[in-house]
Amino acid sequence: MKNILVCIKQVPDTTEVKLNPETGTLIREGVPSIINPDDKAGLEVALQLKDKTGAKVTVVTMGPPQADVALRETLAMGADEAVLLSGREFAGSDTWATSSAVAAALKTLPYDLIIAGRQAIDGDTAQVGPQIAEHLGIPQISYVASVDIKDEDTLIVRRNFEDRHHMLEAKLPILITTLGEEIEPRYMSVGGIFDAYREKEVKVLTYEDIKDYVDPANLGLKGSPTKVFKSFTKPVKPAGTVYKDVSADEAVTIIVKKLKEKYII
Amino acid sequence: MSQNIYVFIEQRDGKLQKVGYELLGKANELAADLQQEVVAVVLGSGIKDAAAELFQHGADQVIAVDDPMLKEYLTEPYAKALYEVVTAKQPEILLYGATSIGRDIAPRVSARVHTGLTADCTKLDIDSETKGLLMTRPAFGGNIMATIICPNFRPQMATVRPGVMQALEKDPSKTGTVEIFNVDFKPEDENIKIVSIEKDKKKATDITEAKILVSGGRGIGGPEGFEPLKKLADVLDGEISSSRACVDAGWIDRDRQVGQTGKTVHPDLYIATGISGAIQHAVGMETSELIVAINKNESAPIFDIADLGVVGDLNAIIPKLTDALKKIKEAE
Repeated sequence: MKNILVCIKQVPDTTEVKLNPETGTLIREGVPSIINPDDKAGLEVALQLKDKTGAKVTVVTMGPPQADVALRETLAMGADEAVLLSGREFAGSDTWATSSAVAAALKTLPYDLIIAGRQAIDGDTAQVGPQIAEHLGIPQISYVASVDIKDEDTLIVRRNFEDRHHMLEAKLPILITTLGEEIEPRYMSVGGIFDAYREKEVKVLTYEDIKDYVDPANLGLKGSPTKVFKSFTKPVKPAGTVYKDVSADEAVTIIVKKLKEKYII
Repeated sequence: MSQNIYVFIEQRDGKLQKVGYELLGKANELAADLQQEVVAVVLGSGIKDAAAELFQHGADQVIAVDDPMLKEYLTEPYAKALYEVVTAKQPEILLYGATSIGRDIAPRVSARVHTGLTADCTKLDIDSETKGLLMTRPAFGGNIMATIICPNFRPQMATVRPGVMQALEKDPSKTGTVEIFNVDFKPEDENIKIVSIEKDKKKATDITEAKILVSGGRGIGGPEGFEPLKKLADVLDGEISSSRACVDAGWIDRDRQVGQTGKTVHPDLYIATGISGAIQHAVGMETSELIVAINKNESAPIFDIADLGVVGDLNAIIPKLTDALKKIKEAE
């Protein structure tokens, strides 16, 4: 195994998002951007494989120029190279168009193993990884908890489903998607941070660089089979009753009364 | 010309999964709006008899691909089989459960067919004008809802969260003939080998089926905090569940997690104890019939969605509540 590509996405930290209570709209200002947690787990898997085999780890993302920060963070964690695919041609992409563009970018790079996070916290679709694998015509294993090397071109992968685990044997090249809850990513090192900003470059790819590998009709908003018809905040439920300053016994009486009223007891 | 509403029926070890019945229930509503039929598709090995039962759950037609290659789920054989069914039959709509398997196969098929896919839908409707499928899902960590359409490609495909749609009552009078659809598998389709399968030993509790859930969050203090909740749940004939914080801390198994990255539940009663009620948790339980929240922090967002909230110490309230309910039960 010589080359590992890791696909990441820079996402708003959705756990920090608040709703404006009066308008019901999202307050986007001040929400920090982070590397999607499942993707960071994917990078950790790649770096562990690098530690064992000396493989080169290249991180790829599609996004606006600001995604440079996320890529520098991956370099500081130990990635060797970083690639940013950016351009207005890609704006408004759904998962299908995103995977078309990313797959085209990956075709310009050598790879034995591709790692993506299971899903991104801003969309939670889990679709882009498998769609990239299909566009590249390589097998996929999603929901990956751990990866071991069997021999030079064979991996043993543990996959978690709801009710079972599979140990799978896969020949390279392959794409896997990783589970953030199973894999603890390493921290950036001080030397790594220094190198990430002083020594290493983020390579920028544009549409011109990938155009031989993708039909422009499959990119961006116009290349997206799905469209957002509308988005809305959920209707606010009428407020219930909240009791403060009640004793435990009073609280029990109140709860029991309610359960009787609703025929639960 | 594409037509009919297709449902991918998931099976594990030859047993059809509940989410498939739920999707058939929803597909019947969509089919009525479109005046089309509901078609169930089952992939597996030795599954013809199980497939025949799908007529009783609302399928007008049942298609089975029955092959030893499909015994245990693997992406490529399954994607190939479903792709061939889609190409041959041209569905108008194709629905999947948003399970691990559904979320693995659906994007693969969408890329191969070149059509759109909407993940984790909680609501499906037919647009009365265009007759297109309106697919509504939570987005941005559950903070907003988005309705997605797929106007120019077919089939319109969606994965749907288990526990959200309602299955129909089983109708034993309905029968039909299962259509066997043959797929020409090649050895190389098995491009990943299963070395071993480890099934989770204890039978996983399906909290989505519980009528009553007593749920604990960070505020219960530790793994031992579930003990009093378990006693309360037992008195109510319910189950215990959890917020993500407790699962990540290792206090309880992941299969009991409610919320955006856990399960969606709508029990008759949801008692939230020591749960702050962040949006990621709320999206998994806010459609519960009755929500009772106990939390010592009066500004916890859980009180915004609770029908009944008590600001107080759960360690004092829960044992007393359990005793009171026990007495009522004994008196009956």
